[in-house]
This record gives sequence, structure tokens and C-alpha cells, in this order.
Amino acid sequence: MEIILSIAIGVMTFCGVWLILRPRTYQVIVGLSLLAYAVNLFIFSVGGVKTNVPPVLVDGTATASLADPVPQALVLTAIVIGFATTALFLVVLLASRGLTGSDHVDGRSDPS
Amino acid sequence: MNGWAHHLIIAPILVPLLAAAVLLFIDERQRVAKAMVSLTSVVILVCVSFVLFRIESGPSDFEGVYLLGNWAAPFGIVLVLDGLSAMMLLLTALVALASLVYSMARWHTVGAHFHTMFQLLLMGVDGAFLTGDLFNLFVFFEVMLAASYGLLLHGSGPLRVKAGLHYIAVNLAAALLFLIGVSLIYGTAGTLNMADLAARIPQIEPDRRMLMEAGAGVLGIAFLIKAGMWPLCFWLPTAYSAASAPVAGVFAILSKLAIYVILRLIMLLFETGPSAGFGSTFLLIGGIATVVFGTIGVLASQALGRLAGYSVLVSSGTLLMVLGINDGAVSSGALLYLVSSTLTISAFFMLIELVERGQDAGASVLTVTMEVYGDADDDEPQEGDGVTMPGTMAILGICFAACAILLSGLPPLSGFIAKFAMLSAMMGTGAIGVPPTAAVWTLIVLVILSGVAALIAMTRVGIRTFWSSIEGTVPRVLVIEIVPVMFLLSLTLVLTVQAGPAMQYMDTTIRTLASPENYINAVRNATVLKGVADSNGQGGD
Repeated sequence: MEIILSIAIGVMTFCGVWLILRPRTYQVIVGLSLLAYAVNLFIFSVGGVKTNVPPVLVDGTATASLADPVPQALVLTAIVIGFATTALFLVVLLASRGLTGSDHVDGRSDPS
Repeated sequence: MNGWAHHLIIAPILVPLLAAAVLLFIDERQRVAKAMVSLTSVVILVCVSFVLFRIESGPSDFEGVYLLGNWAAPFGIVLVLDGLSAMMLLLTALVALASLVYSMARWHTVGAHFHTMFQLLLMGVDGAFLTGDLFNLFVFFEVMLAASYGLLLHGSGPLRVKAGLHYIAVNLAAALLFLIGVSLIYGTAGTLNMADLAARIPQIEPDRRMLMEAGAGVLGIAFLIKAGMWPLCFWLPTAYSAASAPVAGVFAILSKLAIYVILRLIMLLFETGPSAGFGSTFLLIGGIATVVFGTIGVLASQALGRLAGYSVLVSSGTLLMVLGINDGAVSSGALLYLVSSTLTISAFFMLIELVERGQDAGASVLTVTMEVYGDADDDEPQEGDGVTMPGTMAILGICFAACAILLSGLPPLSGFIAKFAMLSAMMGTGAIGVPPTAAVWTLIVLVILSGVAALIAMTRVGIRTFWSSIEGTVPRVLVIEIVPVMFLLSLTLVLTVQAGPAMQYMDTTIRTLASPENYINAVRNATVLKGVADSNGQGGD
């Protein structure tokens, strides 16, 4: 379970980093999204990977068997903020496309 | 705690938030109403910050911990006001006031929602100064960044959109690093409350310590990107010089916000215990590289906007170097330098636009990079109507000379006092006798050289602008535009005259920061208000 999660985070980070270094704005935004997914999973995993345990403390449950609720709250905030900023970036990307007529990150027209 | 004054702590966050919300309901065409709401909010901010600053500088032991939602410290989010944050709040409010008044001449009319974003930016900045929780810091940072994306693009035009694209991409990546750092720290230390972290970090077992330090390093990179440490700084001069003048003026505070966070976290988390001094070598080397890069940039830049952008880098780099040296006496001079350089750079950004208005396009194209000027005509807003400043060139010239003196650190203004305080403490003639090491010598040489470079660059531009442009038209400058610049410059004059009390305040601040147990105990001992939850569920006294 941990191995699969780690590999998934690693692969997504790898793809994300490679994509944000590409010259096209669309590749950059997909890269940023992938990185955001990887980071969200990472935050989620720092609380420890547990299955079928609630994050809610009720009388009689041992604290060791609980899932940590804080990373879940953090990841929720991170998802919302990441989504909003990505949407904003998309708008700027379109504005740049409209103003320069090119989807190069520097607004260059040559396809290199 | 002493009644209403305690609730003032949250006011710097609530006032801009409310103003931003109200502004959304006012139609874009009612510019005067919008400007008045915005101005009222900023004036209230200045008053509140000043009261908080007075309370902090007074002898009374004001309890600066504010429990949000009345939850006890490690479980709920806390706001913490201390000498450093009170000073930064006041600085933010003053710079914001100047920028806002400046923008009212014409810049606030060139695009939608200028005032809303301005208020949200202030909310984010003030929140980041006040918060005592790492994740809450992230949230306020994002509020600030989201507003700054909008403000950078304010006025539109291909140049701004291009600079904005880079700025947003870089800062989104930085935000992800921030999250990785925060979650690594949470995973190893088990808390995000800064005071709780400071108490727990010395006790972390060695195998987790390495991960925690990695997390802190990643977190630090996120702030260093914002502060503009070389090699993470290439976006900064472009973005700052592309921004409209009042926006660039208020952006001067953003790189200092990152420096503030680094200073706060280093002095709180890595003051004692096995991780003491974590990252200081890195900061020292990075700061040196930043100052070198910034100095070369200052000398090489022909456009005034870029010159100011590189000056931001030089001042960030100087502060990072001094933080890396990690000496209390040095840091109190550094705080004065932080305040002085923020005021200077903010005034300088606003002055640049006024000065460049007078230069005729042909001459600028010859001397200035085409890329910077390519589209100056498209995005310039219409001339505003209002009282024109008499004796324009003389006043602009005096302001420009004041900026040059402040940036290069020549006497008699506060730039000199700040640099002198830093250098004399490092040379060992200050309060604390430290024999100068090789790193200290490098630092001293670099600080002086960067000042010389700033002087050369400013003199060169000044001669070109004010002396040799015989045929250049005299710019039409409104009183409302030059007064904010003069206001900020006169604040540095106040800082010069009142340097004694200012240094005293900063010494006290640094001494408080140097013993993290003050902060830890203040947060841990903050008491929950009794009986409030039963009566109305609201925080009260």
C-alpha cells in the first residue's frame, strides 16, 4: 500500500516537473496540476496510511487505531486553493494566447 | 485581558476583508465610492497598526496571543502579536496608504476590481504577519498571492500578461513546495502550531530530525523564491518592473514578508537544540550570491523599473546575508534596514513612473531595452484631472536624489544609519564584540560595494533624466501622485531623526525573539475565555 502510494506520488511528481519545464503554456498548466495532485497525495500520506479507520474520536476507541484528521483537513484546503489558482492561471494563459498569438511561455512565435 | 485592545489584534485581518467584501457590491462605475471605501479601510488599518505598535513599544506586558474561536493553543489557530509583527503591520499599512493614494490619480481606473484585490492583498499580508500557525500561514500566503496575481495583471497589456504568466507559474510551484514542507514538518513533529513546534523540535529523535530538517529546507525554499534569493529570483525584476506603479509600490512589502517569515521561523524553531543554526550557511551563501547578482543587475539595467527591481534583490540579499551570519546585534540593524529599504523601494517604484512620464519616447527607445518599452502606449491610462504640481522637475529631482542616497546608504538619511548599525555590529565595535571572520569581511565588502553600485547607477540615470534632457517635456504630475512619494521619503527622514528610539525598539524586539521561550510560553499560557461559549458562542470579554 505504502509502496504503491509512494510510486504514484513519485511518478506524478516526475511527470509534473518535466512538464512545467516545457515551453508550451498548456504543458506547464498540466504539469502544475499533476504536481498539485502529487502534493495532495503526499499531504494525505503524512498522517500514515490506514484503511477502514475513522478520523472521529468516540468513547472507547484506542487513539492508535484512528486515522489522523489533520492531514485530511489540510489536503481539503490545499485542493481548494490549488484548484482556484490553477483556474486563475488558465485565464492568464488564455489572455497571453490572445495577446501574443502564441502559446509559448515567453510569447515567442517560432515553434522551437 | 485588557478589553477592547485585545480584539484589535484581529482587526488588521478583518478590516480589509470586510472592505473587500463591501467593494464587490459597489458598481465599477462608482469610482469615488470605491476609492473612499478602500481609503477608509487603509486609514483604519494605519490607526489600528499604530495603536498596536504603541502598545508593543510601551512598557506594559500586553498579551499578544489571540485565540481564534476561543480554542486553546495547540488545537486552535492562534494569532500572535509581538514587537516584530507590530512593526511589520505598521510598515505595511503606511506603504499601503501611500500606494493607494497614488493609485487614485489614475491607475485605479484602468481595470476592474483594483480596490478589492488591493484590500485582499493587505488582508493576506497582515494575516501572514500575525499568524502563529504554519498552515494558516500558507492560507494567508495564498490569499496574498492570489490578490497579487490580479494586481500584477492590473492594467493588462502583453508585457504584464507575460510577466504575470511567469510570476504565477513560479509562485504556484513555490506554493506546492510550501505544502510539501509543511506536511513533512507535520509528519515528523506532529503539530503545526509554531510555538508548539518550537517546543517540540529540540526533542525530536534523530531519525525523524533529518526528515524534519528536509521539510524545513523545502519550506525555506518556498519563501526564498518569494524573497528572490539567487538563483530563484529571475522572475522578480521582470514582474516588479512590469507591474503598474502603485502595485509595484505595495509589492515592495511582499519580498520583505518572505524575509520576515524566514527570520521568524529561524529565530523560533532553530535557536536552540540540536538543530540550532540550521540553514544559516545556506542563507549566507545565497545572500552573497543574491547581492552580487543584484548589484550586477543594478549596474546593467538601463530602464529605471528594472533598476528598482534589482534593488529589491540587493536589499533581500543583504538581509539574507545578515540573517545567515545569525548574530543578534547585526539583526537589529538589519530590521532598521528592512524598514528603511521597504519605504525607499516603494517610493522609488512610484517615483519612476512620474519621472518616465517626462521622457520622450524616442530617447527612451534608444537607451532602454525595447522589450520593456514596446507597449508603453497601449496600457497607459488616460491623464487624470486634478491639481498639477508646480516646480515639477525640481521636486522630482529632489525625491530622486533622496532615493539615490537611501539606496546607496549615504549619510544623512536612514539608509546610512541602518547600514552603519549593521556594519559596526559586525566589525565588533557595536554592543557585542565579535572578531570579524572571513564571512563577515565578505559581507562588509559586499554591502559597501552594492551601495557604490547603486550610487553609480542612480547618478547615471539621474544625469540622463534631469540634466541632459533639454528637449524633454516636463511631465504633468498631480499633487496626489507626488505627495505619497514625499510621504514615504519623509518617513525615512523620521526614521533618521528618531533613529535612537527606533534602534531601541528593534533591540528589544530582537532580544525578545532571541529567547523563543517567551513566544512559546505566551502561546501555551493563553487562557480560554470562560463562560463565553455558553452565552452566545462568540469571542468576547
